[in-house]
Amino acid sequence: MTDIRWIDAALSAARPQAVAALLRYFRDLDTAEEAFQEACLRALNNWPKNGPPRDPTAWLIFVGRNSGIDQVRRLSRQTELPDEEKLSDLDDHEADIVERLDNADYRDDVLRLLFICCHPELPATQQIALALRIVSGLSVKQIARAFLVGESAMEQRITRAKARIAKADVPFEAPGAPERAERVSMVAAMIYLVFNEGYSASGETTGMRAPLCEESIRLARLLLRLFPADPEIMGLTALLLLQHARTAARFDQQGQIVLLEDQDRSLWNRSTIAEGLAMIDKAVRHRHPGPYQIQAAVAALHARAATAEDTDWAEIEQLYAALEKMRPSPVVTLNRAVAVSKLHGPGAALAMIEPLAEKLDGYFYFHGVRGALLMQGGYGREACEAFGKAISLANTPAEAAHIRLQLDRLQKDGGAQKPAKAAS
Amino acid sequence: MLYAVLCYNDENAVGAWTKEEDDACMAQLAIVQDKVAAKNRLGPVARLLPTTSATTLRKGREEPLVIDGPFAETKEQLLGFYMVDCDTLDEALDFARDLAKANPGGGSYEIRPVRTYRPSRIKAAGS
Repeated sequence: MTDIRWIDAALSAARPQAVAALLRYFRDLDTAEEAFQEACLRALNNWPKNGPPRDPTAWLIFVGRNSGIDQVRRLSRQTELPDEEKLSDLDDHEADIVERLDNADYRDDVLRLLFICCHPELPATQQIALALRIVSGLSVKQIARAFLVGESAMEQRITRAKARIAKADVPFEAPGAPERAERVSMVAAMIYLVFNEGYSASGETTGMRAPLCEESIRLARLLLRLFPADPEIMGLTALLLLQHARTAARFDQQGQIVLLEDQDRSLWNRSTIAEGLAMIDKAVRHRHPGPYQIQAAVAALHARAATAEDTDWAEIEQLYAALEKMRPSPVVTLNRAVAVSKLHGPGAALAMIEPLAEKLDGYFYFHGVRGALLMQGGYGREACEAFGKAISLANTPAEAAHIRLQLDRLQKDGGAQKPAKAAS
Repeated sequence: MLYAVLCYNDENAVGAWTKEEDDACMAQLAIVQDKVAAKNRLGPVARLLPTTSATTLRKGREEPLVIDGPFAETKEQLLGFYMVDCDTLDEALDFARDLAKANPGGGSYEIRPVRTYRPSRIKAAGS
């Protein structure tokens, strides 16, 4: 019950709410983090002796607040407050503080904590690093490992991000409804960034970066608990779960990319899929579609198909068409073209993507898809050119290796033999 | 006598377990289950998905209200539960609506998808 693993899990579960409440109290990120750290140390010392508190989060907030005040007083050479060991009945204080932590406060506290990580002045990589450090509580070492950079470089990156935030003047009053909605959508975008940072890993780095995907799912659940009736947050959570469920099947033992349609579906994580499907089901009931819900619906169709041949490409094509209308983007059109190629063949898809050539010229995936379509259509020479371009734009060695494999096959077969596959 | 054993814990804390920790815990629980199952005295076992996947049907005066999220009141107590196989959440909600209609009292039904399910091993239930 009070073993160290239980305490560890309880501390990390309580972290977002506790740090968020301490931030509101001290209005300074470093002080809030230090106070939480101090409260954790005391918990490690106190809980095994006295048993875990009924409400660990309230205990940590209470003790953290006292130790923070303590710290401030010590700095100003005043008398120290008694520590929690000397307080005869912490339970009463706990109940008291829980009462004051009403839901509205709690919600805005945690939202604020998430929101400061997505300050528009911070580049994406700093937003992600900050969220992992402050909200998830990963160590600098863990984050550095996930980003494949040195520990001191990551330390610097986080310090710089914090300095920027300190100057940025984060408002502490409760936000109005439109402002809250805007914060929620920025936080959702940041959570998706965290996920993609982990998901775009390849080959040998997959294992190191997988925790990013798991953290992003925890953050999405956290956001969903704050806004349980928001269908887009349900959509985001579903999207992350459904994509993450395929992790074990995405690379073979040599670290080579395995395309969606070639994946061993028995490796897909069924309970994660079940949760994702349940979530999209909940979202759809609201009849208020949004970009995350549509992308989740596409992922759900893949998850529901027992084999690649069972994939409902007509429905996927319609979903991408709806997304195209909602958020016009050449990347969405490209995805739609892949669905079109499955329905009407490579010619129709090529006609669709030709107008995108200029906008997507620097995009690896565009040239990869185009090459595959050309190969299917029997345009061997043009396919080679497109694949060559894709290789030069590959983001990871695994991406380059995957295209090279296609290219080899093409050159060996001297044209279109086995139709190549496009979507990943 | 059949007993229902209901499991409560902080899902944030359990959710913070690594896959290895979670697997290890499940393996230990399976040993306990197997002992009772070997005597044909273990009923169905279910692990539920997180409360974020829950929907609640709350009975009102008119049509019952569908609320996103888990059952959160403390004034009412857990009186029973059903396991039902549905293709969609709407189907499960319809079942709960029928239950609500058939039962003149107030109350709520929390609809929560099941993560893992181990069917009953009881051959003849004692009473």
